[in-house]
Amino acid sequence: MLQFWHIDWVINNMEQQIISISQINDYIRSRMDADPLLSQIAVRGEISNYKMYPSGHHYFTLKDEDASLKCVMFKGNAVRLRFRPENGMKVIALGRITVYPRDGAFQLYCASMSPDGIGDLHVAFEQLKAKLATQGLFNQEHKKPIPRFPQIIALITSSAGAAVHDMLRILNKRYPLTKVLLLPVRVQGVEAPLEIASAIQFANRHNLADVLIVGRGGGSIEDLWAFNDERVAYAIYHSQIPIISAVGHEPDVTISDYVADLRAATPSNAAELVVPDQSTLLQSMDGALSAMISALQRQIQNNTQRLQVLSGSSVMQNPAFFYETKEKVLTILTGRLLSAQQKCLNHAEQQYIALVAKLDAMSPLKVMARGYSITEDSSGKLLRSIYDVQIGDEITVSLQDGTITASVINQKENGL
Amino acid sequence: MSQKNMTFEASMQRLEQIVRTMERGEAELEESLKLFQEGTELIRSCGNMLENAKLQVSKITVDTNGAPVEEEFPHEL
Repeated sequence: MLQFWHIDWVINNMEQQIISISQINDYIRSRMDADPLLSQIAVRGEISNYKMYPSGHHYFTLKDEDASLKCVMFKGNAVRLRFRPENGMKVIALGRITVYPRDGAFQLYCASMSPDGIGDLHVAFEQLKAKLATQGLFNQEHKKPIPRFPQIIALITSSAGAAVHDMLRILNKRYPLTKVLLLPVRVQGVEAPLEIASAIQFANRHNLADVLIVGRGGGSIEDLWAFNDERVAYAIYHSQIPIISAVGHEPDVTISDYVADLRAATPSNAAELVVPDQSTLLQSMDGALSAMISALQRQIQNNTQRLQVLSGSSVMQNPAFFYETKEKVLTILTGRLLSAQQKCLNHAEQQYIALVAKLDAMSPLKVMARGYSITEDSSGKLLRSIYDVQIGDEITVSLQDGTITASVINQKENGL
Repeated sequence: MSQKNMTFEASMQRLEQIVRTMERGEAELEESLKLFQEGTELIRSCGNMLENAKLQVSKITVDTNGAPVEEEFPHEL
């Protein structure tokens, strides 16, 4: 709105007073600073020519189709940005507009800025997601399998929330054979990301578990923000122990969900995913039992059939045929055996004759033929000593051609 | 390994192996009968393990040397 007294002032003073650039710029600045609208203004536009200086100050231009506005955001305000402004991004910038006297140009001194249409946290999320995706943190080849029957499960979550008790209840119901270790951490607030990341590293350093569940129950996007932290993302990525991410409710997706080996929709869901259900296990044991039974039945049936097939074969149908050939072989073998036996007998007979001749030479009959006799008492016992008999005893003396019965008259030692 | 000392996981794996072997039907009948007996014993011991188990729960704290310490964690199942 053109105000005539301004023009008058300029015309009236043009001839009378010549002023410096500084003066006019200061004057314009003071005029603008006096305007309450310009001292607190929100501007919508698209960022271009965004520059971050080493000083920490940010310089950029906001523009729409027809116009542009220079902007500056000083370090103190820039550090509070919850997202990283980028060229082409539509934003709403809050601040005051005034003149920068050195350049004679007015600009927006931006106090805060947020993405237009979507929240700044959302933008920060997308930015971190894009960055970590580029670094390969979400790549499928890094995903470790979750053990089928974990013996130790570590829960990295708050010890206070309902989430931990929900998980314990479900774990006990599904698979009570496992052991659960709780690593209590804060799950929201500025300390939370470091605590969560440290707990993951601690569990790895001491190899505490077969699988980790990292998460918390539901909350606002701010409450869940720790799980969108870079430190947590890298800790999950570097974990040797497989990790299930379990943050918030079903629709909540966090960076940790993308990095983890498995995403659970909720902590309860994580407890369901991490262990088998014992009712399913019992069912599969039943299945195994019936599979074994039917396999065994099948095998017995097969054996029976095989027996039937065998008994239907020519041998079983016409056993005589089988024996006929065998019999021929048997006859031949018997002949051989007999002749071998005969040879054997002949040899034995010769040996026998020779042996008998030897025995004959040693016979007592031959000895007696040389004049020796055998003396026995009345009971037929051979006498070897004079004391085997007493005087008057009847004795029998056998000689080569017969026996003499005599009686003992005297005993006399021969003094040997 | 005697069945009593086998973990649940090892028992289940052995059971699956037995079922596979029996279903292939390559073993002698006598061997199959032995497998069947082993399988039924595994099923019984696994069932017992599940029936008698109660979830063990501890809280981990860190001692002055930075080592983990197990503590009781009060909970209801």
